[in-house]
Amino acid sequence: MVALRNYSRLSTRERWARVGNFLLDHAMVIIILALVVYIQARRPAFLKTASIVNIITLTASRLPMALGIAGAIILTGTDLSAGRAVGLTAFLSAIFLQKVGVIGRFLPNAALPLPATLPLPAVLLAAMAVGGLVGAVNGFCVTKFKLHPFIVTLATQLVIYGLYLSASGAKQISSLDARYTSEFVTRALFKVGTTSVMSYVLFSAIVTAVIWIIWNKTAFGKNMFAVGSNEEAARVSGVNVTMTVICVFMLAGITYGYTGFVEAARLGASTGTLGLNYELDAIAACVIGGVSFIGGIGKVSGVIVGVFLMQVIISGMTFLGISGNQTYIIKGLVILVACAIDMRKYLSKK
Amino acid sequence: MRSDGDAPVLLDLENISKQFPGVKALDRVSMTVRAGTVHALMGENGAGKSTLMKCLFGIYARDEGHIYLEGREIRFRSAREALDNGVAMVHQELNQALKRSVMDNIWLGRYPRMGRLPFVSERRMLADTMAVFKELEVHVNPKTIMSTMPVSQRQMVEIAKAVSFHSKVIVFDEPTSSLTETEVEHLFRIIRMLRDRGCGIIYISHKMEEILRISDEVTIMRDGQWVATKPAAELTMNEIIRLMVGREITNRFPPKDSQPSGEPVLEVSGLYARYSRLKDVSFQLRKGEILGVAGLDGSGRTELLENLFGSAARASGVLVKTGRRIHNRSPRESIANGFAMVTEERRATGIMDILSVRENTTISCLRGCRGVGPFLSSRKIASKTDWSIGAMRIKTPRQTTKLRSLSGGNQQKVVFGRWALTQPEIFLLDEPTRGIDVGAKYEIYQLIIQMAREGKSVVMVSSEMPELLGICHRILVMSGGRLAGEVDAGHTTQEEIMTLAAKYA
Repeated sequence: MVALRNYSRLSTRERWARVGNFLLDHAMVIIILALVVYIQARRPAFLKTASIVNIITLTASRLPMALGIAGAIILTGTDLSAGRAVGLTAFLSAIFLQKVGVIGRFLPNAALPLPATLPLPAVLLAAMAVGGLVGAVNGFCVTKFKLHPFIVTLATQLVIYGLYLSASGAKQISSLDARYTSEFVTRALFKVGTTSVMSYVLFSAIVTAVIWIIWNKTAFGKNMFAVGSNEEAARVSGVNVTMTVICVFMLAGITYGYTGFVEAARLGASTGTLGLNYELDAIAACVIGGVSFIGGIGKVSGVIVGVFLMQVIISGMTFLGISGNQTYIIKGLVILVACAIDMRKYLSKK
Repeated sequence: MRSDGDAPVLLDLENISKQFPGVKALDRVSMTVRAGTVHALMGENGAGKSTLMKCLFGIYARDEGHIYLEGREIRFRSAREALDNGVAMVHQELNQALKRSVMDNIWLGRYPRMGRLPFVSERRMLADTMAVFKELEVHVNPKTIMSTMPVSQRQMVEIAKAVSFHSKVIVFDEPTSSLTETEVEHLFRIIRMLRDRGCGIIYISHKMEEILRISDEVTIMRDGQWVATKPAAELTMNEIIRLMVGREITNRFPPKDSQPSGEPVLEVSGLYARYSRLKDVSFQLRKGEILGVAGLDGSGRTELLENLFGSAARASGVLVKTGRRIHNRSPRESIANGFAMVTEERRATGIMDILSVRENTTISCLRGCRGVGPFLSSRKIASKTDWSIGAMRIKTPRQTTKLRSLSGGNQQKVVFGRWALTQPEIFLLDEPTRGIDVGAKYEIYQLIIQMAREGKSVVMVSSEMPELLGICHRILVMSGGRLAGEVDAGHTTQEEIMTLAAKYA
């Protein structure tokens, strides 16, 4: 083989090629940083503590779900059922944790053989279990029927939404128990300046840490990357591909359950549109963060950066006074550019 | 064989250089192809053969040097432009539209029209295809869907396509790696016919017997540099190897210094496959034995291994390992039973090419890499990888190097290393040296013989007869899905094996 030479002896041309590769590898981050500088120049309030804490808080609310979807993307798949699964689990969390005695309570006090005030952990676990079940069904169909996750989750997403509508009658569930909202999920942990940091930021940090450990420190995590990189080679190497796929989707589902539980409390109500298009934001964040549709590639740190940058764009748009309608255009373009750059990264280096 | 030292020069590559970041891939390489000759291009993997061809076809832009086609300087910007100028290439890895028909593939991008109308004339396409096939004596229905044909026939279609462009120069990149002996003969007839018509042929291959038979001149490259160009008649196999690796390799095979013990490790009886035509295969494998499996493409060799390993479904058959009945219903179960399998298509089913050496090495032994509770220990993973790199002599800069940036030989050693960590007793190897250069092949042979010496048993499928004769103790010959016979590698000949291979074909 031709020996690699050391950097000091590189020609100008090679140095430029290296600079080019560096720019390509970090293109999305560079573009968004440029955007931040621009917004900051136009609206000096943008980089004040209040708005930074706000961006971090929003990042925390969306991160676990993005990590769940990232698993599906690492398997060269995707998960379109995320948003609706969040909607369903938010609804379940809300009806079980609605204030007791409030007029028009969704579950009449004696409707179920359950105590009127359920313990919070039980509801959280139930939400995660329902999400996990959705994921398990997704994973089962993907691996047993050899269907593309796009199709499977497109279908399950409809089923979930149908279940939600039949159960809720499209009713908004508000007046949630304060034990659940202001005393638990949205409790102020501490203040940065005048802005409070809510406890769900901490919860999401814990979830993220757990997922990092699962991805990097367990055989399941290694198997996930192997299956995403080359399913057949993984199978021949003795990886239980079926179980791995099911577990990846189940883990994703569990994060949706968690997100549903947090979102209902954060927004103070469950509505028919809660969760709508969340999966698209999450997929976009994954791609910005370097989780590749090629499969087998992705890092927890990348997803964190991706979700964070996505929120920076969204709040930046608000600061610039760009209407919600136009924000869609920008988001769409960001996704296109991110995917195009991602493809270049892996294709040009053959 | 002809030596037309004075035939007109068709294609002239002059001092071609190509630099990649940090690597000089080609350093002033020259090569002259004369009309009506076959010019072999040889070199180990990574020597720069493919880069040179990519510069010719405009896939890479050359940094320096000139290319002349019939005296006119050319600089193609795409493979299509090269084709239009009469320079075609038959690729080793086929890029075909598999779900389309044979004739769709041949006329892809230049479908014949119905006069001036924007419609494709299926009738003309069929007639033109038939004409080309007749000329080349290819017996394939032009309407067959590509994916339903074996690789060897798809290869023939690719060759027909190159011919259909009326090319003056045709490059064959390892065209025989998926062909059977009869098909190779057929290919050679086609090549001789093209040569006699005045075409210039560039023939890239690792198979030395073929090179010496078919080519007029041989150019040898090493480390991105031109080493020698000589008439094939003046070269011997050892001379070529010496020029390619830059050192003397006196033997292509290491000494077979191990002897199998008498006791059978695996007894297979009445093996029938559910979905392939493998039927009624019975044999015994002894401890420390290297058992070869010969046969034509499609004779059921790969299917035999897949059925033993549980990656293909069995209809019936009994496997007994050291007196105990085993089932091997899935790769996982087989691994637990002490089996390991190196698959034929390394890229497709052997390696995870975007993952690192470390991840590829330890994927089968993660259970043994646990630290606290269910969590993996990075230290154990690193030390196992280290052991593997050392034991298999894997050349890699780091454990975290992505597998795609290693050579084929090193990738294969990683696969061997992966299995060595699971400590199997029975190795199933399917074409373990395919697409690997001479030096690395020798090392793979050494590894296989080493495993046998340690008392492990090996079943090895190969299309390269010298390889089977060189390192196996005993050879099973498959034909038409059945076991046609069994020969002692020490007392057999290629002829005897070929006769058996044709028994039920």
